[in-house]
Amino acid sequence: MKVLVPVKRVVDSNVKVRAKADETGVDLANVKMAMNPFDEIAVEEAVRLKEKGVATEVVVVSCGPAICQETLRKALEVGADRAILVDVGDIEVQPLAVAKLLKALVAKEAPQLVIAGKQAIDDDANQVGQMLAALQGWPQAAFASKVEVSDGKARVTREVDGGLETLEVPLPAVITADLRLNEPRYAKLPDVMKAKKKPLDATTPAELGVDVAPRLKTLKVSDPPKRQGGGKVADVADLVNKLKNEAKVI
Amino acid sequence: MSTYAAPLNDMRFLMNEIAGLKDILSLPAFADTVDADTVDSILEEAAKFAAEQIDPINIIGDRKQSPKWDNGVVTVSPEYKKVYKLFCENGWHAMPGNQEFGGQGLPSLVNFAVNEMWRSASIAFALCPMLTMGAVHAIEHHASDELKQKYLPKMIDGTWGGTMNLTEPQAGSDLTAIRTKAVPRGDGAYLITGTKIFITWGEHDMAENLVHLVLARLPNSDPGLKGISLFLVPKFLANDDGSLGARNDLICSAIEHKLGIKGSATAVMSYGDKTGAIGWLIGKEGNGVAYMFTMMNHARIHVGLEGIAVAERAYQHALAYARERIQGAIIGDAESKTKPKPILFHPDVRRLLMDMKSRTEALRAIGYFAAGQMDIARSADPAVARKAQAYVELLTPIVKGWSTESSIDITSEGVQVHGGTGFIEETGAAQYYRDCRITAIYEGTTAIQANDYIGRKTAREVNKETGETGFTARALYKEVAAFADELAKDAKLGDIGKELQEAARALIDTTEWAVKTYGPEPQVASAGSVPYLKLGGIVLGGWLLAKSARIAQKKLDAGATDGYYKGKIATTRYYAKHWLVQAQALKREITEGGPSVLGLDEPLF
Repeated sequence: MKVLVPVKRVVDSNVKVRAKADETGVDLANVKMAMNPFDEIAVEEAVRLKEKGVATEVVVVSCGPAICQETLRKALEVGADRAILVDVGDIEVQPLAVAKLLKALVAKEAPQLVIAGKQAIDDDANQVGQMLAALQGWPQAAFASKVEVSDGKARVTREVDGGLETLEVPLPAVITADLRLNEPRYAKLPDVMKAKKKPLDATTPAELGVDVAPRLKTLKVSDPPKRQGGGKVADVADLVNKLKNEAKVI
Repeated sequence: MSTYAAPLNDMRFLMNEIAGLKDILSLPAFADTVDADTVDSILEEAAKFAAEQIDPINIIGDRKQSPKWDNGVVTVSPEYKKVYKLFCENGWHAMPGNQEFGGQGLPSLVNFAVNEMWRSASIAFALCPMLTMGAVHAIEHHASDELKQKYLPKMIDGTWGGTMNLTEPQAGSDLTAIRTKAVPRGDGAYLITGTKIFITWGEHDMAENLVHLVLARLPNSDPGLKGISLFLVPKFLANDDGSLGARNDLICSAIEHKLGIKGSATAVMSYGDKTGAIGWLIGKEGNGVAYMFTMMNHARIHVGLEGIAVAERAYQHALAYARERIQGAIIGDAESKTKPKPILFHPDVRRLLMDMKSRTEALRAIGYFAAGQMDIARSADPAVARKAQAYVELLTPIVKGWSTESSIDITSEGVQVHGGTGFIEETGAAQYYRDCRITAIYEGTTAIQANDYIGRKTAREVNKETGETGFTARALYKEVAAFADELAKDAKLGDIGKELQEAARALIDTTEWAVKTYGPEPQVASAGSVPYLKLGGIVLGGWLLAKSARIAQKKLDAGATDGYYKGKIATTRYYAKHWLVQAQALKREITEGGPSVLGLDEPLF
């Protein structure tokens, strides 16, 4: 069974992001980039499936500028078998476009399972996995915290409001990874050394026959308003009064 | 508490722009092993491992659960054990090893950068693999194939540890006083008896076996250094299939209570209390000390790296505190009376942090340059190789002596930034100050480094063809002066160039004095040797910072916007105005101050 894992290059989660002065987007100049943390979890899950003998090959894909090769190489270092870069150049590639690119790759690669991160930490869109499932007409199980694959089915435990829900989906299917699905491993040095020798192919939206022109327009990106200092309440009665009459929450 | 973040931008810059990574990677020794992208990935993965795994256990080994000794058995904290295991499993332990035995065969320069990270995160922890790899190198270069095959693979991957046993109670810096005995047993093995002290990680439970390398004397051997041989003495004898056999007759009879590096066990080792510990000779009889010397440059440069690493960690810790702590109005800043600012805005806190930062970067530049020269010394071109090797020889005492001495000042400044809380262990600043103190002592004290620098590496270094004395030092300092002359004309960095010019001149003059004085007045030269080491360190650090600043300026002129480049120039300017200016005073201290060192008669002390 082949597993396809899309990975996105995003601002490193430790970086404090700032809006550009002209409010057209987030300032990415000289900012450390890394693999989207949910995608790291997705890669880890796919590699574990391979180690369990469930999956036979793990293919990672990134849709973005050529520098996304770095992100793909990180996935190769922790155990993915090969990588595909969809080089979109400098344009902003939006969730629907990514889903369509993945659909085209699914047609070529014929994976039985796509494991994606549930969302990317830069735009927090949380759409690609669901859109891909819809475009493919495949079942989907989003926000997975546990995945078991056997007999052509995946049993997926997902975190929902108020508890855990377990779904069973026939393969092929799309699963999106939540935070507690697993803890990604550290790359081992010998695997870091070998990653460069693993295949990394490049293609383009044109080759895949997908129109990736943006359909959403960003109007403005600004820093969140500065927090105003809070006030102290004199006693419980004062607190209740404020909650009732000022905040109007009780 | 701060968390460690490897200074990857400075590391990459130095590797690429100062140490010659590109040329090194194209050397035949490395061309098929590793490329620039992979080096980058290695640095990133190591940075992650150092920050997330090793840095958090530094405090555990120091103040929460140091190694415990009980009846010969040393137990470390579960956290140390866990990280050691992961460190080995992930291949970091094997990294510096020879490919033939499971290592990666990477350039020294790459190992150096990665090792800086381990040591910044925890000197005490990093000492364990460092000592093992020291033993590995000795076995690899000098032991028989049989010993190599039996011991190296497990030592390289960290399953077994290695230690170095030189010191005895009466034999510290002077190894001729060694008394540990080795008696041939008749079957090729030897029986070892004696006591060794200060054995770093001499006993612990992270590795399943320990392989002790022990300096000892054979019966009727030469009473001097030539009578000392090197023996391999394992804790558990190894069976031919590599499994563990009988426990050898050696025991850790105590561990020391220390000022710093408390996370590591410093053992007193007793060999042969019952029947004699079984050991095997490494190489030839009487060559033990010579074998130790072949590893000396490597070992010393790596102790120097400990100084650089802990200075960096102390700087990061102090900077985090200075950004966060709010205290007092800022002089000359009226606004700060109503809108308090962190102490980073106080001019003297700035000075402390600039001092820590600029000195650390200067030390790192010398260290990385020297590590790069170690690789270039493997060049196929004999002239290139010879020059690089000569630079390694010359720079080794500076990297060791000056980085470690400086780290004591820098970590002390780190305590100072914290004010009163710096004196309290909970803030963590004090640990770096305590941990680095040993680095100026072990693997040859600063005095030994300074004597090596002024003597063997300068005044006693004779060119076999021309008869010129101190020719490597002279050639290098001439290069520094020529660069300074050029930089002095630079429109933007001329002020730095002028300071470097004067400092280089002071170093050249003092070197001429040293070459002249060393023979006729050895005590006067020796009395000035530590200040001379300091002078060499300051000027060479300034040279490499100034070279870095010029490259940074070129990048900025070409449109680069990375704040790192601006920072490099500002840091270099601070260093020029605060450290290069000291060269003149040091020149006088060295050339005029010697007799006064010896001016008080012994009974008057």
